[in-house]
Amino acid sequence: MTSVLVKDLTLKFGALTVLDNLTIDIPEGEFLVLLGASGCGKSTLLNCIAGLLDPTDGEIHINDRNVTWEEPSGRGIGMVFQSYALYPQMTVAGNLSFGLKNARMPKAEIEKRVARAAEILQIEPLLDRKPAALSGGQRQRVAIGRALVRDVDVFLFDEPLSNLDAKLRADLRVEIKRLHHNLKNTMIYVTHDQVEAMTLADRIAIMKGGVIQQLDSPTEIYNRPVNKYVAGFIGSPEINFFEGTLDGQTFVTDGHEFPLAGYAFQGPVPTKGAAWLGIRPEHIVTGEAAASLPVTAEAEIDIVEPMGSDTLAWAKLAGQSVRIRMDGQAAVRTGDRITIGFDPARASLFDRASEDRL
Amino acid sequence: MVDAVTPRGPKPRRRFSRANVMLYGTLIVVALYYALPLYVMIVTSLKGMPEIRLGNIFSPPVEITFQPWVKAWAEACTGINCEGLSRGFWNSVQILIPSVILSIAIASVNGYALANWKFKGSEVFFTILIVGAFIPYQVMLYPLVIILRELGLYGNVWGLVLVHTVFGMPILTLLFRNYFTSVPEELFKAARVDGAGFWGIYFRIMLPMSLPIFVVAIILQVTGIWNDFLFGVIYTKPADYPMTVQLNNIVNSVQGIKEYNVNMAATLLTGLVPLIIYFASGKLFVRGIAAGAVKG
Amino acid sequence: MSSSSKSRKPSGLFRNMSAKIASVPMVLTALVVFVGGTAWTVLYSFTSSKLLPKLNFVGLDQYERLWSTRRWIISIENLAVYGFFSMIFTLVIGFTLAAMLDRKIRGESIFRTIFLYPFALSFVVTGLAWQWILNPDLGIQNVVRQMGWESFTFNPLNDPDIVIYGILIAGLWQGTGLIMVIMLAGLRGIDEDIWKAARVDGIGTVKTYIRVIIPMMRPVFVTALVLIASGIIKIYDLVVAQTNGGPGIASEVPAKYVINYMFRAQNLAQGFAASTMMLLSVVIILIPWAYLEFGGKKRG
Repeated sequence: MTSVLVKDLTLKFGALTVLDNLTIDIPEGEFLVLLGASGCGKSTLLNCIAGLLDPTDGEIHINDRNVTWEEPSGRGIGMVFQSYALYPQMTVAGNLSFGLKNARMPKAEIEKRVARAAEILQIEPLLDRKPAALSGGQRQRVAIGRALVRDVDVFLFDEPLSNLDAKLRADLRVEIKRLHHNLKNTMIYVTHDQVEAMTLADRIAIMKGGVIQQLDSPTEIYNRPVNKYVAGFIGSPEINFFEGTLDGQTFVTDGHEFPLAGYAFQGPVPTKGAAWLGIRPEHIVTGEAAASLPVTAEAEIDIVEPMGSDTLAWAKLAGQSVRIRMDGQAAVRTGDRITIGFDPARASLFDRASEDRL
Repeated sequence: MVDAVTPRGPKPRRRFSRANVMLYGTLIVVALYYALPLYVMIVTSLKGMPEIRLGNIFSPPVEITFQPWVKAWAEACTGINCEGLSRGFWNSVQILIPSVILSIAIASVNGYALANWKFKGSEVFFTILIVGAFIPYQVMLYPLVIILRELGLYGNVWGLVLVHTVFGMPILTLLFRNYFTSVPEELFKAARVDGAGFWGIYFRIMLPMSLPIFVVAIILQVTGIWNDFLFGVIYTKPADYPMTVQLNNIVNSVQGIKEYNVNMAATLLTGLVPLIIYFASGKLFVRGIAAGAVKG
Repeated sequence: MSSSSKSRKPSGLFRNMSAKIASVPMVLTALVVFVGGTAWTVLYSFTSSKLLPKLNFVGLDQYERLWSTRRWIISIENLAVYGFFSMIFTLVIGFTLAAMLDRKIRGESIFRTIFLYPFALSFVVTGLAWQWILNPDLGIQNVVRQMGWESFTFNPLNDPDIVIYGILIAGLWQGTGLIMVIMLAGLRGIDEDIWKAARVDGIGTVKTYIRVIIPMMRPVFVTALVLIASGIIKIYDLVVAQTNGGPGIASEVPAKYVINYMFRAQNLAQGFAASTMMLLSVVIILIPWAYLEFGGKKRG
């Protein structure tokens, strides 16, 4: 069953098109992440769903009801903001109950709901405090609670973890995942952090220039990006791109020839043409294991960045720097010559002109 | 290690370096110059007339008398009227209180609407308002006379209240607009998701968290309106003249002998309200004029 | 196509209705008083209105009369002299005081309080205080003579040639504190690292101020300039209180001329013409400024 349906949504600010004829169908209980660089329109889309921005054209349905012209409070949504947006002069309990009071809900019911939300989020001891007396993580919990008490079907998150430090972010990320697991609400989550997107999402929508580039499961997006932009955006360290030409079942770049046996082309197999070949740093294998792979080459290590859990090495190959992710214990040094190799089945090929997946 | 001391620990500093002496010397001289008029006013107001005629305006009073203050407050004459400044004081209070309340109430709602509820044309009106702040009042004085006459408010206190509200609007609206703009927009969005409307958000969210800016606005308006002379003299009748106008009429009255001690007591009495506010509010006063000025 | 919905299409006029109602006072003030009032005055300055406004147009007669009136010419000259010196001295004194207070000195807040308190006082109080200090028989002149310098003369308020400087002294005393505060805020806004860099580079304090800091403070100076300029044109109460335009008409100013003709001499159109000239001078000052500040870049 469809929970949120965005249909042909367009938003223009004057001559600037921020959202361009977007359509997304979000089934009930799905955790959808809108991911993209700043300015891609992801927060704008969320604000349109919330009713905080008026679209230029198109429709928004929530629970099979057309809410395009509905007030935010009448849409059956709860929203969590990046800056928490807690009302500073109200206590935590006041913050949680403000929306319910505005809806003229009976007092007993308000208390019941506040108590339940506080229990779920483990903020009961904080109910009488003002937001200023809370830590960042506690504040964000209260902000989530504010959406929780409304007992709505759809939760909207607008970069909720971006203001927190790295450790807290990781903790709260798990908590949000647990919350979704327990509540099974539809959640729409905006972020620019690909780790959050990969870990939380049932499906990710990668946006650029007001258009959804790819809407798919995290693994599919990671393994089979539909175009060069998505391939470059997802993955850290970034995917390696080789510029070259396609010649039958071989990819030719700067004197090197990579056989492509095993690569699954989309649709008809092109025989000739300019293309990009992308291979993720963690899919490049070094040492003896590399020798048995279809594609092998010799490369010289340029720079080594040890990171503990793994080591990132930069090597020179085909006239460019290649990122290689190695084991944290790998004993490599600048100047070493090593054998590297990869399986073309794990690579991605993109047309040079359209940058679409081949 | 031959003859000099080994440099170790904090570098020795000369307390009375030439630069320091010059810096503090200049500041103290300038400060004396700025403080002088207030000092002269105070000592003059505490002297008797014979002492003033013979002595030196800078010398402290030999015999302190509060008679000039009493006279200035209760007996000083403006033309034929000899009620002292007290009447002007109460007139000013009657003008001040409604003017401050009305101007701030209207401007804060205006600023809030401009910051959070922009509608088509709202920025245009705001621009006109700000440009209007630079138009010399003289151009608008007579049209306002006509407007007030049509409303039946010309020559009474409420007319002047309206004038203060109108001319206070640009700066106050700017002050509030800038403040409300600095409130995170997400707070406003959260309140809308929580179902609060225009007035709900204003009274329940914005107002409670913007008390400091209201204090700044009150300071700005109280001193501004209390110090006004031009509007008071044009839009009120002599019976309703505010304190500044009455003060000028007392001191610059051509009748009778000049009683400088009474004049200075009257001047100080008129300056007392803004001075008290200034010394009591300190940083907020500075913040008010800086906020008003920097964008002006 | 779309499923049934309770919500009505919000029509343009009634969207944000509360906000629009709340903005009525602002709209009225902007349109009726500021635009309407100004246009009205300019229009009636081309008439021969005396006691009451009448629409009998006489072309530029009022302006010809204005510029052939000695009192107006003196007013303009006074405003020019007062404006020129007030501009320069306020900026120089304001910046110098701010720079001195910014040297991390002891008692900064005491000094600041003293420099700024005159700004809290009204022009009437300022004018009367300085009228007393400059009193020839009992004020500064008298004090210096008592100290033995019998021929000392300092009597600006009774000397038509220098009376405007007497007003200038009072005006500077009242207004420099404000500019100092604005300059100080500007100085505080400058990155501390600039000073560290200058120190490492071995640039002297004064040179750093002139070559580095002042150029960085351009927006602050522009603000100060606009503020001083708009204050200068409005000057009225200070003159009324300190000299009432005297001796004779030696210290008249345009604002006073306008009010005299409008409300005392009952020659409305003459007052309108004079106030229109004031408006024109503001426009001449403001338009280049607005062009420099906002021209080219679009405002958000």
